[in-house]
Amino acid sequence: MAHPVAAELADVVRVEGTRILATLARTTGSLQVAEDAVQEAALRALRDWPRSGVPDQPRAWLTVTARRIAIDILRREGARAGKERESMDLSAGADPPPDSVVRDDRLRLLFTCCHPALGLEAQVTLALRVLCGLSPAQIAAVLLSGEAAVAKRLTRTRTKISRAGIPYRIPADGELPARLAAVCGVLHASYTIAHSAVGGPRLSDVDGCREAVRLARLVHELMPDEPGPMAVLALMLFTESRRAARTGPDGAPVLLADQDRGRWDRALIAEATALLDRSLRRTDAVADPYQLQAAIAAEHARAPAYPDTDWAEVVRLYDILVSVAPTAAARLARAVAVAELAGADAGLRALDGIEPDHRWHAVRGELLARQGRLAEAVAATRAALDGAVSEPERRHRRDRIAAWERATAPVPERDGRADRPVPGLRSGIEKPGGPGRA
Amino acid sequence: MTQYAALTYTADVDWSAPEQAAEMAEYRRFGEENAAAIRGGAALYPTPTATTVRVRGGRGGEVVTGDGPYAETKEALTGFYLLEAADLDEAVRLAAQLPAAWNGAVEVRPVIGR
Repeated sequence: MAHPVAAELADVVRVEGTRILATLARTTGSLQVAEDAVQEAALRALRDWPRSGVPDQPRAWLTVTARRIAIDILRREGARAGKERESMDLSAGADPPPDSVVRDDRLRLLFTCCHPALGLEAQVTLALRVLCGLSPAQIAAVLLSGEAAVAKRLTRTRTKISRAGIPYRIPADGELPARLAAVCGVLHASYTIAHSAVGGPRLSDVDGCREAVRLARLVHELMPDEPGPMAVLALMLFTESRRAARTGPDGAPVLLADQDRGRWDRALIAEATALLDRSLRRTDAVADPYQLQAAIAAEHARAPAYPDTDWAEVVRLYDILVSVAPTAAARLARAVAVAELAGADAGLRALDGIEPDHRWHAVRGELLARQGRLAEAVAATRAALDGAVSEPERRHRRDRIAAWERATAPVPERDGRADRPVPGLRSGIEKPGGPGRA
Repeated sequence: MTQYAALTYTADVDWSAPEQAAEMAEYRRFGEENAAAIRGGAALYPTPTATTVRVRGGRGGEVVTGDGPYAETKEALTGFYLLEAADLDEAVRLAAQLPAAWNGAVEVRPVIGR
């Protein structure tokens, strides 16, 4: 079978597998058994289908196969409680469970994955495993972690779920807002982590951003009236819409100011805008951080060109964002917007009091360069080479340093002209990173 | 049903002192309201009364006793409950009613069943 077809098949099997897993986790009472059974069934499908042909009802085939494997595992384990084996009724039939059952099971699994008693990293890892169906190796590639570390974290997380008795249940209405916030946090973190890995060494054929979007779509589909998942999905889609324009042919990052807006995905922008509008209509006066970030992204999407951006509105939105979620990333992005609205001086003042990291130094370098303070800009940008800097970012910053150094280097007499054009005086501030702020 | 230990970490106070009476009344109230779920527990005297015991060199080795608890922290282990709950959510709901939850923290740990 040709390679792309095999990859397509693997995708189908993986996505179908996550549907089956949610129900198996409930009926077996064990996430581990469910995962093992689905994985084995997927392996058999990928082994047999290319030879025997894809069955008429792939979903039913996978369901029955995974169910049989689960029963075998439970029998082998023997010592498991009898009631769990009872629920794995052999006569359960060949039909996949009805969609409504799958939906509830997936919601249960979602809330288990996003239970606040688990750490954020554990939540994200488990969600990618059981809701997206990624293997530990694929998760490691998405999270820029080691496969062994991911496997260990998964084991520890499953152990905590079963030992501490984290329930497999849809939260009651009263607890839903708090639990939904945790779900949104996991969605957003999945995307942010995958997004920051873009441009890094390609370790896998899995596209982490696409998986995170798929996860957000699933959550939105499961809870179509909830404004939180709507806003997170909108934010992701706005960020995704710029994807083609975000990197140059050499893989170097292209700044928001320099992006070819003709390459922005208008269909995604339209979808994101509609989601954001619906989300905002469903919440009253108070906007949550995801809605605000999506609204900022929408402002950028609206502007036909960078200079057309309504910076006053962007700054206003950042002001609200900083007041509800005063993170360093939000404050840094606000400083960039302030510089665009009111000049480099105002931008530099807005940097005061923000905990400096490599992005902070990079923004400071650009603002100093805009003021013509090139030596200081070089020093600041050098400081921006330390820390968790991605390779393309590092290259970009080195280029800036080199350009500014050329501009300040002593000019040989016979050249005759000392006033060379100074690079970096146009708007070229790096995005402070994270979806919605690029 | 699972049993959970709810360990209260709070200021290192003397629960037996008269000035703790109001707080102790709160704990008694918790006890009365949740009697069905409580399998045991106690308030502890403050950490200056604690003795840390170690045996050097394995079983039968030299017994080394020390003054006070293992680590100096702002919040000390000042009491514990043994609770029975259907799942972690229920255990957390119970623990959240303990005054230690707002005056310090409550650590909820599953107990290994016999």
